[in-house]
Amino acid sequence: MAAILIYSDKTKLALELLSAAKLIAKNNGYTIKTLSINDDDQAKELAAKGAETYKIINPELSLSDTAAMAAALMQAAEKLDVATVLLSSNRRGKELAGRLAQAINAGCLTDVKSITMENGNIQCVRNVWGGATVAVQQITSDKQVIAISPKAFATADDEVGGSINECAVDIKPAGIKLIETRGKAGDSVDIEAAEILVVVGQGVESQENLPIIREIAKKLGAEVACSKPVATDKKWFGEERIVGLSGKICKPELAIILGVSGQVQFTVGIRDAKTIVSINNDEKAYMNQIADYVLVADLKEVIPELVGKI
Amino acid sequence: MNIVVAMKQIPDLQQIRIRNRKPVLDDVALTFGNIDKNALEAGVQLKEATGSNLIVVSVGSEALEDTIKEALAAGADEAYMVLNDETKEMDSSNSARLIGEAIGKIDDVGIILFGEGSGDSYSGQVGSRVAQILGLPQVGYAKSIIINGNSAIVTRSLEDCEEVLEADLPIVVSVMADINEPRIPSVSQILKAGRKPKEIMDLDAAGDSVLETLSNLAPEMQRKQIEVETIEKLLKVLDNEGLLRR
Repeated sequence: MAAILIYSDKTKLALELLSAAKLIAKNNGYTIKTLSINDDDQAKELAAKGAETYKIINPELSLSDTAAMAAALMQAAEKLDVATVLLSSNRRGKELAGRLAQAINAGCLTDVKSITMENGNIQCVRNVWGGATVAVQQITSDKQVIAISPKAFATADDEVGGSINECAVDIKPAGIKLIETRGKAGDSVDIEAAEILVVVGQGVESQENLPIIREIAKKLGAEVACSKPVATDKKWFGEERIVGLSGKICKPELAIILGVSGQVQFTVGIRDAKTIVSINNDEKAYMNQIADYVLVADLKEVIPELVGKI
Repeated sequence: MNIVVAMKQIPDLQQIRIRNRKPVLDDVALTFGNIDKNALEAGVQLKEATGSNLIVVSVGSEALEDTIKEALAAGADEAYMVLNDETKEMDSSNSARLIGEAIGKIDDVGIILFGEGSGDSYSGQVGSRVAQILGLPQVGYAKSIIINGNSAIVTRSLEDCEEVLEADLPIVVSVMADINEPRIPSVSQILKAGRKPKEIMDLDAAGDSVLETLSNLAPEMQRKQIEVETIEKLLKVLDNEGLLRR
């Protein structure tokens, strides 16, 4: 019986993949196998979720060496009779996905936002054209590699019946030497992780409003983000705060959008927010059509008012 | 040493409009993806630092002969082009096969550069697939590349940390958008671009796609669109939804 194999270097993401694998396996006769590489704790955690877990412990194998990692996964996939490999679509996972797919002669889809099963086919939903459209795609080759976006699935619950097995692989390191691992420098704001975002658009005309907007964000427990021109033309913020096609794709619980007209290049970065508020001088702004709550008002007056009333 | 940059010809995303939920691609200019332009700039900087020759390799439609001039103006010395079969969907495995075959015909390749994702599909597979085809080591998501003689120091930027890696050449590297700011070519560079050597490679572009696209539509956004008149009312509804008590 063909198997689904899941792997991520991040345990939380591996547990999300396990939920995805359960959706795919349901009624389709797949078995689910999980892999951990040089990570005993992860193997134990996967087994605690009821997974048939295989662990590779091999000092020759480094996460940094994508060629060797792909070779390890290829060998595991062969030994375990795997038809479908699920990886996490974080950076490591995406880099690995293409290489593994080429190695096992598989079609591959990355950044998959959701999956539905249709007549045994795995239909994957992902953004294309820079997010202007959302495509449903499926892989037609026998072997498949699918990289699933973080947070697309909930993490799997505890379940009995898990096991831990050894899996030996024969690895030739590709000659990538890790000299140093270091924390990220600079403005380390992560607007993708924020639960609430206050987004500054070009409708916020004066830079004098920014301290007030920061105060609003602080009171709400929010991060401040912006549309692209506010960072690249006005230089009010660094590029790490840009929402949209050329910035970050965010899914906050609440997005308060101040003075953004709402072109697709922006909205792709915020349309998955749970609740969207648009405050805009312009009642015809497209942003208002994709908001849950709309306040048409003069931003110059509303921003100071807002900070006083939260 | 030859430095190779692989670039994908795509429609200018800023010009794509949506009609009846479908993307309208007619009359949209063709260009290269933004991150591909960062890969090209990284190649130009490495070429200048090492005195190498910079070759751009691209797969695209017949208009590629025009699009490729952008890369030649921005600093590539020569171009190899593969024209695809426009009747078929060009998926990542086919692009990678063609780019791998094209690079296989180039001698003395030191480093092969890609953007970490194309502007249209952003699938991020082709660089990794080409590395596998050519049997080369790879580093993805590079935010800096330094070549010292026969080896390279590459900094890979992950979500939570950075890795400084050393590898012998040849190597495949995909770059992040923040690695550099692509230069704008001068008028004289644009004029010279037309005279730089470019060659159409005779490769069999007609491979079967391993992907099927079942639908591709702009998402329907169903939002409440409730107009509130005052800040007080706005804060009240948000509070009622439990969005402010944190």
